[in-house]
This record gives sequence, C-alpha cells and structure tokens, in this order.
Amino acid sequence: MHLATYLGLLDEGEKTLAASFRQVAEGHAEEADVYHLCNRLAAECDRHREHLAPAVARYGEQKVEEPEDLHAEGLTTTRTGGVGLLRDLHDLYLLVCYLDIAWTVVGQAAKAARDKELIGIVDHCEGETSTQLKWLKTRMKEAAPQALIVAS
Amino acid sequence: MAHDRIKDIWGPTTGFAAGEPWPIRVDTHLRDGLREEDVEHWVQSACVLCSNGCGVDIAVRDGQMVGVRGREDDRVSRGRLGPKGLFGWQGQLRDRITTPLVRRNGTLVEASWDEAMGLVVERSRALLDTKGPLSHGFYTSGQLMLEEYYTLAVIGKAGIGTPHMDGNTRLCTATAAAALKESFGTDGQPGSYTDLDVCDAVFHYGHNVAETQTVLWARMLDRLAGPNPPLHVCVDPRRTKVAEASDVHLAVRPGTNQALMNGLLRELIHRDWVDHAWVEEHTVGYDELARTVEPYTPQQVAEICRVEARDVERAAEVFGTSDRVVSTVLQGFYQSHQATAASVQVNNLHLLRGMLGRPGAAILQMNGQPTAQNNRETGVDGDLSGFRNWNNESHVQELADLWDVDPVVIPHWSPPTHAMQIFRYAEQGSIGFLWIAGTNPAVSMPDLGRIRRILGGDQVFVVVNEAFRNETTELADVVLPSALWGEKTGTFTNVDRTVHLADKAVDPPGQARSDLDIWVDYARRMGFTDRSGRPIPRWDSPEDAFDGWRECSRGRPCDYSGMSYAKLRGSGGIQWPCTDDAPEGTERIYTDHVFNTQDDYCENYGHDLLTGAAVDATEHKAMRYDGRARLKAAPWTPPPEFPSDEYPLGLGTGRTVFHFHTRTKTMRAAELDEAAPDAWVEIAPEDAEPLGIVEGDLVRVESARGALEAKARVSDIRPGAVFVPFHYGDVDRGGRPTRAANELTITAWDPVSKQPAFKGGAVRVTKVADGDGPSPAPDNTASARTSRTSRKG
Ligand code: SF4
Repeated sequence: MHLATYLGLLDEGEKTLAASFRQVAEGHAEEADVYHLCNRLAAECDRHREHLAPAVARYGEQKVEEPEDLHAEGLTTTRTGGVGLLRDLHDLYLLVCYLDIAWTVVGQAAKAARDKELIGIVDHCEGETSTQLKWLKTRMKEAAPQALIVAS
Repeated sequence: MAHDRIKDIWGPTTGFAAGEPWPIRVDTHLRDGLREEDVEHWVQSACVLCSNGCGVDIAVRDGQMVGVRGREDDRVSRGRLGPKGLFGWQGQLRDRITTPLVRRNGTLVEASWDEAMGLVVERSRALLDTKGPLSHGFYTSGQLMLEEYYTLAVIGKAGIGTPHMDGNTRLCTATAAAALKESFGTDGQPGSYTDLDVCDAVFHYGHNVAETQTVLWARMLDRLAGPNPPLHVCVDPRRTKVAEASDVHLAVRPGTNQALMNGLLRELIHRDWVDHAWVEEHTVGYDELARTVEPYTPQQVAEICRVEARDVERAAEVFGTSDRVVSTVLQGFYQSHQATAASVQVNNLHLLRGMLGRPGAAILQMNGQPTAQNNRETGVDGDLSGFRNWNNESHVQELADLWDVDPVVIPHWSPPTHAMQIFRYAEQGSIGFLWIAGTNPAVSMPDLGRIRRILGGDQVFVVVNEAFRNETTELADVVLPSALWGEKTGTFTNVDRTVHLADKAVDPPGQARSDLDIWVDYARRMGFTDRSGRPIPRWDSPEDAFDGWRECSRGRPCDYSGMSYAKLRGSGGIQWPCTDDAPEGTERIYTDHVFNTQDDYCENYGHDLLTGAAVDATEHKAMRYDGRARLKAAPWTPPPEFPSDEYPLGLGTGRTVFHFHTRTKTMRAAELDEAAPDAWVEIAPEDAEPLGIVEGDLVRVESARGALEAKARVSDIRPGAVFVPFHYGDVDRGGRPTRAANELTITAWDPVSKQPAFKGGAVRVTKVADGDGPSPAPDNTASARTSRTSRKG
C-alpha cells in the first residue's frame, strides 16, 4: 500500500518545514512578527507530526518500496534585507504548498480506506496548513511593494 | 474644593437608580483664587486628556486660559471633570516651543517658518522624485482634531499616495477597531454610555476604568450608590479600585486572557445560556466556536490562568443570568498576548445571548486617547477614510471621485502599513522621510533603544510637530511648534461616538500653528493638485475641512453628514451616525441586529485570529454573512515570553490616574505632578520578601531587552506579576538610570490589530539600595500599599 509512502512523506515534510520556519525566524529576527509567527508555526508543524504518529505507526508496517525518492527541500540559509525576506517567505510558501497538496492526497486515501481516525487528523492539519499558506501570502503581499520598489 | 480632587479622585457620589437620568454635578477649577465673575468669557470645548471627552467650558481672562468648568448639559459627563480634566490644562501654559527649530551641525537651533518648511519641502520633493511615494511615512497621534487627521489623510492618500500612515492609536486602540471589524464587519461602537444607567451587570476586561476614565467610573459609582446597583466582574492582575468594588475578581496570569474567555464561552454553552434562535438568525460560525472552546473547562482555565475554577463559573453565571450586561474592554486585553482574539470573544459572549442593540445590553470596546476614534475614522491610522475597505474597488473609486484623483494614486494594494512596520522601514532606510505629529515615540514605543537608534540615525529625515521639547524632538531634523487644545478649533469623537466641538479660546504662544495649518502649508508648497487642477486639500480652515469630512463619511457607518459646527455649538455632544433621517444623532447602533458584514459594505473581510492571515473577497462571499455577525474563534496559545528561571516575573505596564501618556502636559500641572512625581515598581509581598525588598527600596527591573531603576511599591498585585507605569521618560532625569517602562518591553505585536504586546514580557527584580521612606506611588489608586502580608511572613 502506497499510503504508507505518502504518510512518510508528510511526516518528513512537516519536519523539514518546521526546521525551515525556525531557520527563517532566526534569520529574520529583526522582523518581530516574522520571528514570533514562524516560531509558532514551527511548533504547529511539530504537532502535526505528533498527530500523524499513530497513523504512521499503523501503516508503517505495510510500507512498500518507494516508487521514487519523494521529499521536499528545506531552507538551509536565509537571505538579508527586504528582498531577502520576500524570497525566504517565497521559499516557505512553496514548501507549504507541497505539504498542503500532500495532506489533500492523504485525505482522499483516508476516505477511501474508511479510516476515520486518519480523516480526523487530516481535517485538522490540512486546515492549519492552508492557514499557514494564507498567512505567508498576506505577509508577502504586504512586503512586496517596499522590497521591490523602494529598498536599495 | 477642586483641590481635594487629588485625594477624592472621583468626587462626591450622586447615587441614582436604574433608568433614572444621571444627576448633574458641576466641577470647576479656576486659577489663583479667581471667582466665576472674574471670568471674561467661557468658550465651549471638551477635555482631551482621555477618551471620555467630558464637555467643558474654558474660562478666559486677559486672553489667557484661567480655568475650566464642566458642562452640565453634556451627555458624557453631566458637568463632571476628573483630576486630569480639572488640572491638566495648566500644563500647557509653560515651557512651550514657540519657534521652528532646525538641526545645524548636530544641534537644534531656532529658525523661521520659511526656513524650516523650506527644508521639509526640499527633502520631501527630492525623495518623491527619486524614490517615489513609498519613501514617505507619517506617524501621528490620538490627540489631534478630526479636521487635522482628515486633512493629512487626503494629503497622504491623494496628494502623495503613500500607504505608510499610522497613529500612536496603534499602541492603544487598534485592537478595539480590529475586534469590532472582525465581529461586525466595520468599526463602530455598538454601545452608548447611557447603557450603564440601566444595566444589571458590568464586565471590565483589562479595563481599570477608575483610573483611565475617572468620570465614567463616577457614573458607575453613582449606580453602585443607588437603590438597585449592577453586579461588577473584573478581569485584571492588579487589585484595582474596580476589582475592589467587584463581585468577582479574576486576577489572571498575564498572557492567558484567551483561555479565560474560551472558558466563559464554554460555560455559557454548557449551561445553555445561549439564545439559539437569535444566534441562528444573526450570526455565522457557532459550531466552530463551540468546538474551539470545548476543551476549556473551568478546571482547565483555572490551571492556565491561575485563578479559582469557581470564580470562572461564577463570572459566567453573572453573564449568563443577567438581562442587560455592559462589557468594557481596554489595555489589559488590547496590549496583551492574543489581543484581538480575546477582545473578539467579548463580542462573542454578547452575540451568544443576543445581548446588544438594546438599552443596557452593550459592548464598549474602549479607546485610550481622546481623539483616537477620529484617527480611525478618517484613515490616518492606515484604514481607508470612512471605514472603507481597501480591498473593495468600488470603495476606492468612491474616494477617488470625492478627491478627484485617479484611483491608482490611492494606495490600496495591501493593508496600510502599521506603526511598527513604518519604524522598521525607517530603520532600513526605505522610508527616508518620517513626519511625526503630537506623539513621543522615544518614550511610548516598545524597545526604546532601537527606536532611538532609528530616529537618531541619518538614514531617515525626521520632522516633528510638537508643543514641548521631549525625547523625540531631540532626535528630529526639523521641529515645528504646534498649537494645542484651546488654541485652535476642531471636533473630536469619544468612545461612545459622541462628537464635541472644541472652539479656539486663546491664541497659541509665539509662532506656534495648528497641525492643520502646518499640513496645508506643506501641501501648498508641494503643489499637490487633483485631476481638475484644484489644490489638495481643497480647504484651509477647520470648518471647511469638517464639511469635506461630512461628504466623505456620507453613507458610511460613521456618518456625520447631518452635523455642522452650528449644530454642535451649544449642544451637549451628538452621537454619529447623524444624518438627514437622524438629525439628532443615534444613541445605539445595531438595534435591528443587522450588522455591517455585507460583502459590499464591510470594512474588511476578516482574518484568521491566530496568524492574521487575511480572508479574501471570494471566501467572504462564500460564507454569506450578509448582515450576520461573524463568530470567530481561536484556541489559547502560550505567549512568546513566559516567566522563566532567569526572568521569573511577568511584566505589566500601564497608567496612573494622575498622568496622561508621557506626561508632556500633566507633569507641568503642579497638582498632578505632586500626586505622582516619579516612577515606581509594583510587586506583591510574596515576591518582595524573598528578594529582601520592602516598600520604598530602590530596585532594578531587567528583561532580555533592557533595565530600569525605580522605587518598589509593595502592593496587592497578584503574585508573580510586576507593574511599572509607562508615563515616565528621561527628559527630566539628567544622567540618572532610566525609569522608562519601554526599556523592558518586548517587540511583538498582535497578528490582526498589530498592536504591540506591552504587557506580559518576563523580567527579574533585584534590590539596589535601601529606601528612605515609601515609594512615590499614589496611595488612593490601584498602586495602594498592600493590605496582605506574605504567606511566609
Ligand atoms: S474623564 Fe477623561 S475626559 Fe473626563 S475630565 Fe477626566 S481626563 Fe478629561
């Protein structure tokens, strides 16, 4: 069953995302809202993994060979200045998108498998993931004009 | 005698029963033993030393202000004045800046208006030409007149086209606006002060009304002195006078308001104190709210907030079983962690019981400053003028038509820039021109070290309109002397939508000019014009500016179209909306329980309360709010900084009854200065004792960001919490260690309202030296000496 593969991907992805949120928080600590929110969203990703853990354990045993290497690239460094912030948030946005659709895919499988526990987990985490996406979009829309037009 | 009003802060009570009119009591203070017959004329005005806006007449003799007298027909005060209103005006009679100042070779020197404005215009023009409108930022106050704000809004939005405009209202009242918008679709106070005259219960959420709005507390005290007094419930970590008078006092641990609110909502739901039919008809979002609050049992709340579970139950019972509840909310919520979320839950409590829009059933999301409301209405705090939605093209078009400019000139691609972000851009130099008016950010903003670096650096050109030299003017490139209250004419609006006219009583000192005159002069020198070649703004007098605003507000919730100077003159205050259909104004809004959440009318589409992520137009449409209130929920999250081993105490900052803001006026009024001459640090006896601290000792308070020193006041504050008043800066200190509360505060803000979280950082306290008597903290307010002894002692 390939569902196990996707659960592994989600688990790994949330771990990567948490690390990336923390990376951006530290790298842009001067932007107080980015610092606090990215740290909080990192903790949210940690919680997603905790929620997911029972399902990973249950399906883990039926895991088959991965069809190919499925994993998301995290952020390893951060940039500086207004444009740097925008680009780092942009990278985070792509990473969250990747997870957002992964949750959707797993949710579909959970429904077909009539796995009520997993459906509940996905409902909760998918909602938070899409809010992460909306926040990044809101923040980037605010930052873009100043960064792209005025900042030197 | 007026002088006793320092001791007897609220004055003699005049008890009254529910439904009776609040009795008149006229308070007067005249200088130098003058009698009323010595006064040459009385000029109508209203007090600008807090958001209550008590109607007052200014006494004039020989062209000088010589006193004040409360206006007995005033709907807000019925003649009363508090200590600040009685004495505070005297502070503006000395130490004024009387000529423009410009910085030459590092020091400020006197200059002519022409020279000073020449410098301002030269720098502004050069930056506009090279970097465009986003290089300009404006940071104003909650103490200017409506006409001045609106004039600046038009110059900024239609003349320059910058989104970088905000007021220090961001520090004090942004959450009130944000919470109202989230729940009801637009800003606009649901309640009226008269609701206090008939209610059965009053809830104070982080609102020390006894000190912040003394005349409003006098109104409540008078109900308490009457035959059928309402119950009071108080949420505040300090043992305030309000807490003392309350039936239930919830001294929650800083940073946990949202947990308490979720607990109260859960009790309402579990004990079925919910008007289900009303909720069904007039709200959207009940199921999600019920789901979100479900884990917050009284025991769970007791655990998180460190209060008694039975007090949580009792508070919910008062709310759930009273017919008419008035809730008031202020800084204990607005300047704390999860500010907007917690304030929205106050709205939710009322919505679950259908308890608003009728006499005695009201929400008062309070303001701090006298004219904060106008800052919000006119749109110099960043919103679009007239509570319009920047995200709604037809609203932008309305303004473009009114101002006769191309809509692309009006910045509306994202929400206007909030204060903290403006300072960040100034720090980075992308804002190279920053104009500050009527506010002292070098004392009032969080993390002062950083603010001083920003204003003092040469990456940004700083212009300051001010009446007194202060911490901020000393960092400016150009200082322009401004006229104060009583020296210019204008209107302003208090917490409960009451508009007052404040007439000019005397001439400003020296060459000082009103902020309106200063900005019109700037606009004329810059040559801003509309599409038809007319000047922007089209007016240069306050009354014409007011008429311009009446047109701008027409058809919006804050509708002033039916008002005029003539109508306001001689009135006891008129509440907006005031239209042809409601020519006398409107006491209470939402009486039909139809809210302003229609897609094409609302001021914004709402936000996620945890992150501030914006809801977009399509999502809003899909929810079909259409006049129904939005019930918005959020779980409690731990604050960014909780007390730790290194910093074991939770910091709260706030005000005392005798001062306003950074004391620019109140420290110059002898009565007020003597009543609270210096800063202090409040600490509970349980915390003081193990540190070897007793009343009056000099102590040092340190956070991860900075430190201050002041004398200890061992008070009835809850154990684990420390309080420092925020009024005191360094300008009159010489080289002594600082006592400014904002040396300690964290740079963090609410994700929705962007209001800084001044309350709730973690600190440690150590003893520096023995004291030589009690601390300077007032003894007849929340800072009174403790009646407890420590458990160990
Ligand atoms: S309550 Fe406020 S407005 Fe009224 S007199 Fe006191 S300071 Fe002035």
